[in-house]
Amino acid sequence: MAGLITDPNMTDPDGFYEDLVSAHRGLSDAESAALNSRLVLLLANHVGDSSVLAAALEAAVNTGSATGR
Amino acid sequence: MPTAQVLDSHTYPHFDFRTPPELSGTEAARHEVVIVGGGPVGLAAALDLARRGRRCVVLNGADTVSVGSRAICWAKRSIEICDRLGFGDRIVEKGITWKDGRVFVGDENIYNFDLLPEQGHRFPAFVNLQQYYFEEFAVARVQNEPLIDLRWQSRVTGVAQDGDAVTLTVETPDGVYTLTADYVLAADGVRSAVRRALDLEFSGKVFEDRFLIADVKMKADFPTERWFWFDPPFNPGQSALLHRQADDVWRIDLQLGWDADPDEERKPENVIPRIRRMLGPDADFDLEWVSVYTFQCRRLEKFRHGRILFIGDSAHQVSPFGARGGNGGLQDADNLIWKLDLVMRGSAPESLLDSYDDERIFAGDENIANSTRSTDFITPKSPASKMLRDSVLALAKQYPFARRLVNSGRLSLPAVLSNSPLNTPDSAAFLGPMRPGAPCLDAPVTVADGSAGWLLRQLGDGFTLLGFGAAASALTEDGFAEAMRAGPVPVAILAVSDDPVALGDPDGLASERYDARDGALYLIRPDQHVAARWRTVDPAAILTALRRACGLADT
Repeated sequence: MAGLITDPNMTDPDGFYEDLVSAHRGLSDAESAALNSRLVLLLANHVGDSSVLAAALEAAVNTGSATGR
Repeated sequence: MPTAQVLDSHTYPHFDFRTPPELSGTEAARHEVVIVGGGPVGLAAALDLARRGRRCVVLNGADTVSVGSRAICWAKRSIEICDRLGFGDRIVEKGITWKDGRVFVGDENIYNFDLLPEQGHRFPAFVNLQQYYFEEFAVARVQNEPLIDLRWQSRVTGVAQDGDAVTLTVETPDGVYTLTADYVLAADGVRSAVRRALDLEFSGKVFEDRFLIADVKMKADFPTERWFWFDPPFNPGQSALLHRQADDVWRIDLQLGWDADPDEERKPENVIPRIRRMLGPDADFDLEWVSVYTFQCRRLEKFRHGRILFIGDSAHQVSPFGARGGNGGLQDADNLIWKLDLVMRGSAPESLLDSYDDERIFAGDENIANSTRSTDFITPKSPASKMLRDSVLALAKQYPFARRLVNSGRLSLPAVLSNSPLNTPDSAAFLGPMRPGAPCLDAPVTVADGSAGWLLRQLGDGFTLLGFGAAASALTEDGFAEAMRAGPVPVAILAVSDDPVALGDPDGLASERYDARDGALYLIRPDQHVAARWRTVDPAAILTALRRACGLADT
């Protein structure tokens, strides 16, 4: 996974997580999904490098769900 | 499958059937090349063959040119090809020149694009012109060309080939005949009779959506730009496109959705209210042509089948967003004809024709990929895909980055044939886009008498060595032209320098575009793609590259 940072890298991980959950508060499933997709697009542009984006996409696809079936 | 309805404001020429030798009892010759299909691609192929001194027969099933506007956007590269074939200026004079596009979400103009932001090109980014005009101009050229035998009302119904020849069965008003050719070019469109006769698989992706094309005639003062709407108020939840053509005809393309009934939607009583919602209650317009269609993106697995070569829509089909059908097809003809000529001349091995497959399948896949991406953006296939698309549109209103993701069609650009086996890899460092496989960029030049000209106009129908600076002077040294005679084919020499007999570069744009500040030498193919480039002049290296470009690499 060339270039994708998977070790801790956020300046305020707990704060970010709290903000992310708060942003979804009161939203319908559809509104939440739309918010997430806007966020993905904004972050993807910030990352920019297509190999990092491909690695992130692959990591997300391959991780599956923690509460899995 | 498109169904058209013509409301007759264009006067279509009628072309008579003339009894060919095969039916008149005189001895019928075996033909070198027969082209099946007299659309833009078949006619371009015929004109290119004639420029190389080759005879051909063109079989057209119809008795007139394209009925309905059909293809309307001719890209810069296509006009450059037509210019070499002798009718580029007519397209520009009659057509509508444009390079700017606007994209709307709802009724808000979220961004604009410019397809040719730089100066110093003879031809514009795009010219819009109805397909019937394109074909009329090409037919006018063909009729002045004694080497081309254009046969109207002649429909191919059977195809057979062995290692030696192709035999076609042709149905005409006077009866059926057979005709035999060394090579057959199948330029007979999406529903190719040749492809079906050979029972070749034409597979790919079908898009489950329906679109209405309505060409309307009206006096309107919209700018000559491509306007595309996502979710406009006059077609909620769907897309729309507005584009100007010649003679005050406007192309309107409205997404209808998969559930629309094509037979109902093409009825004028249903079309007119849709158009009125778009143009306003006071708009004064007439319906010119109506078609309801679905998209497919697909291609043949191989474009060469022995002595039969597929060019244009018979080989590959794309959605119309991006204008990659007609423009891609003209590049097929441009790519194939010089190769076919060299093979028939005996200057190149028959395997050179396989490079047509290599290069144009690569280009076809690029066109299909672009067309598929546009269509997936315009007509998202799943709730998740629609969610992402709508998120891009929402972000695009505020943020420039998202505008680059909005895909209302990526308009046709010529393929850069970077991986072609005919290329010679660089041995020196170069900047800029003119790498091996790239189509040559135009630039203003001054010609020998001091008058203004264009670089691409100076390239002929064969191979050219284009030298800049110090490399240019080496080309004119004694013995150089002599050394080039050892090559498999003739090479024309063009020099760009301060020498009064050379081409001048008044604005420095040619040197800039070809990264020639330190001197440069380009070997350019007959289809104006770069085969090789160097910083210095080495006749042996040039001859090696020339042989490679002619498919003689292994001999």
